[in-house]
Amino acid sequence: MRDVRSILIFGVLLAVAASVLQSGVLLTFLMMSLYAVLLSQSWNILGGYGGQLSFGHALFFGVGAYTQAIAQLSWGWNPWLALPVAIAFGAFAGLVVGALAFRGGLKGSYFALVTLAFAEVARILAVSVSFTGGGVGLMVPLHASAANLQFGSRRGYVYLLLSFVVAALLVTAWLRHSRFGAYLQAVRDNESAARAIGVDPVRVKLGAIALSAAFMGAAGACYVQMFQYIDAGIAFGPSISIEALVGVIVGGVGTLWGPVLGAALLYVLGESTRNLFGELPGISMVIYGVVLVVIVMFLPRGLTGAGMSVRRMMGRPAKPNRTSERKEEARV
Amino acid sequence: MFDPVILLSALLNGLTTGAVYALIALGLTLIYGVLHIINFAHGAALMIALYAVFLLKERLGIDPYMALPIVILGMFAFGYLLQRFVINRASHGKDENILLVTLGLSIVLENLALVWFHSDTRNIETAYTLSTIEIGPAMIALPKVIAFFGALVVAAVLFLIIRMTDLGRAIRAVSREKHGAKLMGIDVDKVYALSFGIGMACVGAAACFLLPTYYVNPQVGSGFVLIAFTIVVLGGMGSFAGALVGGLLIGVVESLGGLWFGDSLGQMGIFAIFIVVLLVRPQGLFGARA
Repeated sequence: MRDVRSILIFGVLLAVAASVLQSGVLLTFLMMSLYAVLLSQSWNILGGYGGQLSFGHALFFGVGAYTQAIAQLSWGWNPWLALPVAIAFGAFAGLVVGALAFRGGLKGSYFALVTLAFAEVARILAVSVSFTGGGVGLMVPLHASAANLQFGSRRGYVYLLLSFVVAALLVTAWLRHSRFGAYLQAVRDNESAARAIGVDPVRVKLGAIALSAAFMGAAGACYVQMFQYIDAGIAFGPSISIEALVGVIVGGVGTLWGPVLGAALLYVLGESTRNLFGELPGISMVIYGVVLVVIVMFLPRGLTGAGMSVRRMMGRPAKPNRTSERKEEARV
Repeated sequence: MFDPVILLSALLNGLTTGAVYALIALGLTLIYGVLHIINFAHGAALMIALYAVFLLKERLGIDPYMALPIVILGMFAFGYLLQRFVINRASHGKDENILLVTLGLSIVLENLALVWFHSDTRNIETAYTLSTIEIGPAMIALPKVIAFFGALVVAAVLFLIIRMTDLGRAIRAVSREKHGAKLMGIDVDKVYALSFGIGMACVGAAACFLLPTYYVNPQVGSGFVLIAFTIVVLGGMGSFAGALVGGLLIGVVESLGGLWFGDSLGQMGIFAIFIVVLLVRPQGLFGARA
């Protein structure tokens, strides 16, 4: 349970940091990094541990975000009440896409394409129908109070996002050590072998996409609470899907801390280019794209993977939890 | 219901647009058939080619149809170098890596265009932009007719290259059995790069036919990328005939869908076809892939 201990230490450290920090700039920085980390961790559950590359994770983000906004605006719900519903709807969207794609036997590039198409369909629908505010989007009125899940300072949002990030880390740790996680990784590594020993691949992958989409829905709901606004381009456009995926690729696919490292680094990189070049539209996405290409070219296992190789070259043993993973797989 | 004349012109519009779609999809399906990779940067490449046509016209006064050889050669070189020095090196023998690298490339190209050209939508004016010809009772823009026949000619040339030349034989050999081809002394990496270049050249030709009746902005490619994928999936990955028929079909579906449901929902028809085909018949109409 080393993983759980380090996750709790991480959570407590950041919570303390947030309570001590007074500078608005630093709190904003912490908030936005945690938001980016949450996106990447969600993607990592399906993409990293399930091996299913989704290019359309924005779909689940958007479903969560619109649910959060519509529940408050049209149904008059309290945002605290809307939050679990937004998460559930996100997960449900994941199950629908998963049921169609995995039952249809779509894998690899085909899965990537069909997720992209689903997100695009959602974007066009959200522009065309009225309950999403059409092309104008939805604006949630600002009433800053904790009861209203809107905070005067960034600190409240940091706590909110941090709790989701810690939850996602714990789920990831569970994937690394549980039977379900072992099934999932077995399906990722060799689906027919997993099937041969009695694992139902469709079911396992459905579980993974639902979990992944639930956290994506949470991220969407948090977005609406933070910025009080959502439109079809933000919700279902490609940039959220790309941000989620690139962070994982940079940090290390299918690792516990890789997405945290990758997403945070990417956010820092994006911000520094913004400072360097000003508000030039597109420039931070150029950096994301270049980083993606360079990492896949030179460090296909991401930064944590590269770190592990260096450690191995230095003659020190790799992290012990890899062996426990193997034991788990052997027991299956 | 609609007047038959309106239906006929929508049909003709759809067929002419569909021929250009088919050309773009041919490039994609060739790359898939030979390299077995999905080129995610295909739409971004089309956008680059459209800007090339635009700049040639605006800066140098070269007519889009006169620009055909320049753009085709330029895009061929672009594709060749991209495959040889970026995509091939990044693959590490895994398909996912290629998917990610071409995704990264499309992000880079699209956003570089955004930085350079801003998000303004531009088009070009030519003497024949507004000329129309009559086909029966319907009228159709002259550039669209040129695009239709031009696309068919390029497709025919491509077909002849693949069927008749040594290069075509090498490409077919590599696409069937790359290890065997290698043993016969074919430089597989070179054939990969040439195929990628030819695929990009198709996109270049499509851009020349497209721009006189279309527009260009940095996001223009993303609309086409899913259309091209839909066509390729519909026709069967790697199938030439499938790409041609699929392209015409999708052009007509889009045009008639737009007539009945409006433009943005007409696009939905394409995505609906895409998702349904992927789920129900992923090998496509003409594909025989296991």
